[in-house]
Amino acid sequence: MKEKGGKGTFLILEILSPAVAFLLALAMGAVLILSLAENPLHVYNVMFRGGLGSIDGLGYVFFSATPLILTGLAVAFAFRAGLFNIGGEGQLYMGAFFCAWIGFTFPSMPSTLMVPLCILFAALGGAIWGLVPGVLKARFGVHEVINTIMLNFVAMLTTNFLVNHVYKEPGQMIPQTKEIATTAWIPRMAPLLQRLHIQLPTSNPLNYSLLLALMIAALAWLLLFKTRLGYEIRAVGLSHKAAEYGGIKVGATMVLSMVISGSMAGLVGVNEVLGYRHRFLDGFSTGLGFTGIAVALLGRNHPLGVVLAAVLFGILNTGALEVDIFTDIPRELVMVLQAVIIICVVVGDQVFRRWVSRRLPLQPHAGFFH
Amino acid sequence: MLLEMVDITKRFGSVLANDRVNLQVRQGEIHAIVGENGAGKSTLMKVLYGLVRPDSGTIRMRSREVRITDPGVATQLGIGMVHQHFMLIPQLTVAANLVLGMEPHGRLGTYDRRGAQQATKDLAQALGFQIAPEDLVGDLSVGARQRLEIMKVLYRGAQLIVLDEPTAVLTPQETGELFKTMRKLRESGKTIIFITHKLSEVMELTHRVSVMRHGRVVGVMETDQVTPDQLAEMMVGRPVLGQVDKDPFRPGPVVLEVRDLQAVDARGAPRLRGVHFSLRAGEILGIAGVEGNGQTELVEVLNGLHPATAGQVFLEGRQVLGESPRQIREESVAHIPEDRQNRGLLLDFSLSENAVLGLQHRSKFSRGWLRNRAIREHAEELVELFDIRTPDLEIAVRSLSGGNQQKLIAAREVQQDPRLLIAAQPTRGVDVGSVEFIHQQLANLRSRGKAILLVSADLEEILGLSDTIAVMFRGKIVGQFQADQADERTLGLLMMGQGVGDGPSDLGSREVPEGEVR
Repeated sequence: MKEKGGKGTFLILEILSPAVAFLLALAMGAVLILSLAENPLHVYNVMFRGGLGSIDGLGYVFFSATPLILTGLAVAFAFRAGLFNIGGEGQLYMGAFFCAWIGFTFPSMPSTLMVPLCILFAALGGAIWGLVPGVLKARFGVHEVINTIMLNFVAMLTTNFLVNHVYKEPGQMIPQTKEIATTAWIPRMAPLLQRLHIQLPTSNPLNYSLLLALMIAALAWLLLFKTRLGYEIRAVGLSHKAAEYGGIKVGATMVLSMVISGSMAGLVGVNEVLGYRHRFLDGFSTGLGFTGIAVALLGRNHPLGVVLAAVLFGILNTGALEVDIFTDIPRELVMVLQAVIIICVVVGDQVFRRWVSRRLPLQPHAGFFH
Repeated sequence: MLLEMVDITKRFGSVLANDRVNLQVRQGEIHAIVGENGAGKSTLMKVLYGLVRPDSGTIRMRSREVRITDPGVATQLGIGMVHQHFMLIPQLTVAANLVLGMEPHGRLGTYDRRGAQQATKDLAQALGFQIAPEDLVGDLSVGARQRLEIMKVLYRGAQLIVLDEPTAVLTPQETGELFKTMRKLRESGKTIIFITHKLSEVMELTHRVSVMRHGRVVGVMETDQVTPDQLAEMMVGRPVLGQVDKDPFRPGPVVLEVRDLQAVDARGAPRLRGVHFSLRAGEILGIAGVEGNGQTELVEVLNGLHPATAGQVFLEGRQVLGESPRQIREESVAHIPEDRQNRGLLLDFSLSENAVLGLQHRSKFSRGWLRNRAIREHAEELVELFDIRTPDLEIAVRSLSGGNQQKLIAAREVQQDPRLLIAAQPTRGVDVGSVEFIHQQLANLRSRGKAILLVSADLEEILGLSDTIAVMFRGKIVGQFQADQADERTLGLLMMGQGVGDGPSDLGSREVPEGEVR
């Protein structure tokens, strides 16, 4: 009876549907490339070789995927609770700033204390920026989309102000804080990998934050699907009325979900500040919080899916650079491709699902005739 | 022969929803289709109305083969459908709802309001309905809404009218009115397909009846040559007693006492206006009433899901009003909610996840971590004890039939062995076999000395199960009887608010003291 919507069908649907959408997007991208008088096969070849053709490229793929895993998880986690957290951008700015502030304010702290504290504050900054819209939603019913968008501006401009007027590195033109203490640095992965005979160049920025991101993904999965809290969060996400009936405190669960979601986005600061730049750079995020929405969508709001989707976006990001250099196609095309993928996933998924469910009684029109 | 559906087959995955189904409906007859939930009635009617395309089979109207690809085609062919859940827009007027999608218009293409009103008046007059064209649909009673649905179908020129469980939401009086309407329609040459769970209605009203079971038509009979027992047996596949075994009534101490309970709805309109009653251990108190007279709010207030504005609720002498739903659950109060799909279940959760909704805090099922083994075992137990038909425990309950969804809720709540069970419409939309089963479970709970508050719009259910019956009307209890002193007519009249004063001295505010013969 597997076909009756059991786990088998479910899995096939979950994986097949984004895959079909991806292929469709490539096909549509090919039309675009053709219209620019380039050979799509050549361009795609360059693009995928950029990310997948060398160890160095792979390193960049995972480096680029690290923050997207975190922002993707943040969106997906909130989504499981029925909340649309568009505030990843603001949350990661706050997280990164909190993180950096600890890093350059307490330079004499030992590394064993410093790194965990910085990570904690990165999460804390994001958590506060998730708490506010969470409370506003639960307490006053104000829609979280509006609050999170507005708080993005507040976070960006607040950190902008702090960097330029309070914590600016003296004698520098660049709007950035001074460097954090070296005790707060998270090392790059290249030395270890080289010892394992994986020849990642030392110049590659891939650092241990990737492991943190993967760990957070695993924790998110455990929390959502293996704990009572996760059960309650998902229940709230599906139906407030039923959750309330089941004795679940809907408001408190929403607030908590937003806090957890925000802290995930805040952890982007770890990769950015502790692992890469070692300082807070004003406006460092290139829309990572927003790309997280796409990552969550493509990953079907499942932690594993989010990781895979983030890696795919990492491949595209890395490939975009190569396309820019080695073909006449501008790198913007790859961004167009990303956008097309997202649209294909959203539309294609619906169409595909409808097509399947017409053949399987997955969703008998509830209450239509019964 | 007006309609012939020949060898209709529809397969969903591994499930044969319709297996070479044949249905023949004669011009001018009232034809009943009966069958358990999931027997394939819905699929067959969806095929007829163009909502589902069959894998094979043909449909003939007046001996001409037709292809019904969507509801628009069905409408053009003169097929009309009155859905159980009304498809009306409460914010619009009666006339606007009637003409929606086929509005009469003036020369400039503007909406011809007068024309719509006139059409409403004409139709209402032809059918003998009292219905004002400019009333808002939101203000209409359930019965009036249904009449409007029938008018909508006729306005679109239907000759063949499908009524999907039309009596499920009506009072006995309203049902009587509906039957009059149906007879009138037949006299004017319309043909009716009547889907119902209530065999007495089949006997009273129809000419022929098709019985469906497991996706097949297992019998087509002239109604006057068959007994209700035979029909029930054909539907279920075994004899149905329809009788609940109940121990003699031996009430214990008061479990639940409600005093002067008042509540308002979201718009601030009063829904409970001073409700009094008490319920003893080993007693089933049936609350009868037309839906929308405060029963919903009563049930929700008692479970902590809706705030009260005044009053007191005592559970074994302890004031519990204002406690959270979880606190009330932990007092061993279980609740079968009337809205099973929105309240009682998480449709996209699996069967086993739903089996512990409301129990997830119990250490048996979670200690921070979910104890999946225990949860699955519990779900297995419920499935087995209550004969819930499901391919597996991990299936989303959305894909279970309505009857099985209801059985899952009933199983979960009854199996807690609560000291108080609040059961709202516990058997709505459930087939006869399952109704009997759920009723027996309630009776067993009562035999074990538990208290049961049964809220139902189905008078048969109230009369068949209750020890004490209270009638609710406009937010008050307007009458209370011992079950053996109540009859359908009296209850029906009280449900309509007849024979009820509106002053403070009416029955609703009269407390029935303990010890008085009820």
